[in-house]
Amino acid sequence: MDSIIEISLVLLKGIKVTLIVLFFSIIFSTVIALVAGLSRSSSNLLLNKFTGFYVEIFRGTSLIVQLFWFSYALPGLFNIHLGSDIWAGILAISLNYGAYMSEIVRGSIAAVAPGQTEASIALNMSKFQRMRMVILPQAVRMMLPEYGNYLIQILKATSLVSLIGLTDILYYGDIYRSTHLSEAPIVYLLVLIFYFILALPLIAFTRKMEKVSKKGVAHG
Amino acid sequence: MSEPIAKYRDVHKSFGDVEVLKGIDLDIGPAEKVALIGPSGSGKTTIIRLLMTLENPTSGTIEVNGKNLWHMESKNGLVPANEKYLREVRGDIGMVFQHFNLFPHMTILENCMTAPIHVKKESKASARKRSLEMLEKVGLGDKVDLYPSQLSGGQKQRVAMARALVMRPKIMLFDEVTSALDPELVGEVLEVIRDLAKEGDMAMILVTHEMDFALDIADRVLFLNDGVIEADGPPSEIIGNPQSERLKDFLSRFTSSNYSHS
Repeated sequence: MDSIIEISLVLLKGIKVTLIVLFFSIIFSTVIALVAGLSRSSSNLLLNKFTGFYVEIFRGTSLIVQLFWFSYALPGLFNIHLGSDIWAGILAISLNYGAYMSEIVRGSIAAVAPGQTEASIALNMSKFQRMRMVILPQAVRMMLPEYGNYLIQILKATSLVSLIGLTDILYYGDIYRSTHLSEAPIVYLLVLIFYFILALPLIAFTRKMEKVSKKGVAHG
Repeated sequence: MSEPIAKYRDVHKSFGDVEVLKGIDLDIGPAEKVALIGPSGSGKTTIIRLLMTLENPTSGTIEVNGKNLWHMESKNGLVPANEKYLREVRGDIGMVFQHFNLFPHMTILENCMTAPIHVKKESKASARKRSLEMLEKVGLGDKVDLYPSQLSGGQKQRVAMARALVMRPKIMLFDEVTSALDPELVGEVLEVIRDLAKEGDMAMILVTHEMDFALDIADRVLFLNDGVIEADGPPSEIIGNPQSERLKDFLSRFTSSNYSHS
């Protein structure tokens, strides 16, 4: 019992970094996903192809390697320093998940019924107004359940930043285990429980969004 | 007839290898009520979709209010219209669709108010007032805060008409607006269109399979067959006393006691 409390206190020290990385990764990846998803839906061929290239590169390579690039390779090669390792971690996760999530954005926009665009043309709305007032509000409703799923995945992906030396929950768990080898099972059990507790609000969010998304959409 | 509000000149439209319209010449008067009839695939819907700028013609010109719809003046003569130009010329045209196409994420009132506020830059108060008037007119004054999913098909279609009317179109296009409705709901929609037709000042083009209705409200009936206008005249002539074999054959598929075509 004592060791459970002791380990928990150690792991707690890592919560701050995990939450910071999670918070900024969610914000940035969401923005990236929206921008990239809209670019992919655009009729501008250059924008479309360029974004497609970004999406395939980041979906097609491993996140852990991307993390190593941003924190070790880029500074060595080009003398690009992203401030601190925490920003390297956030950037890698955001670009990676932004690429995945942009596909939900693109797919949802494409899934709004074509009649919706026709009705808004008949009301003489501009291209921008059609997107903002008719297409996106419906596309966002369709995106939400899968978006929630990705948030949970981002939380789990934050544990990779311990590999570039960031002091998150898993990092403290590893440190503790290395000096208390016999307690490895209990350490990693607690690490799992910590992540699960952090995921609970995201799981609840996803459930709620599944209900929201059932209303107010014209499927194509 | 005074200066036409819509003018088609040798309009052709192809989808891939299929030529749907094979040279349409057509003038629509400012307050004319025109019914477009003809077998499916004859190009009826395409004619009005071209006018709403939902499709562009493969060749030929369409003018609305004396302005070329698909081409605009420039230093180098006529060039294809851009988005900005299209928005200037299509403002006088409204359309009601077969499948209503209401915005499912907005209430009935918001469906009607959005375009006048954002497109016509009307004040919220005046857009609201006008929307409520139009919803009252189609008999849905008590449903304004509901969402489209809470309405019957006939009610949805009446909302769609109110939404289009709020924009004060000079020409209103009706694309088989009763085809997706249960038979018992058709009447309430036709009733609203009949009232609009009586008011008189708005031109109306109706693609329809309701022959009785066309006979009743239209000033003029066009029979489209295989991409060309085969007959054009008052309903008493076209529906009441058809001349060509094809038209007779087409009409014989609709049973009614109100007209004869034997």
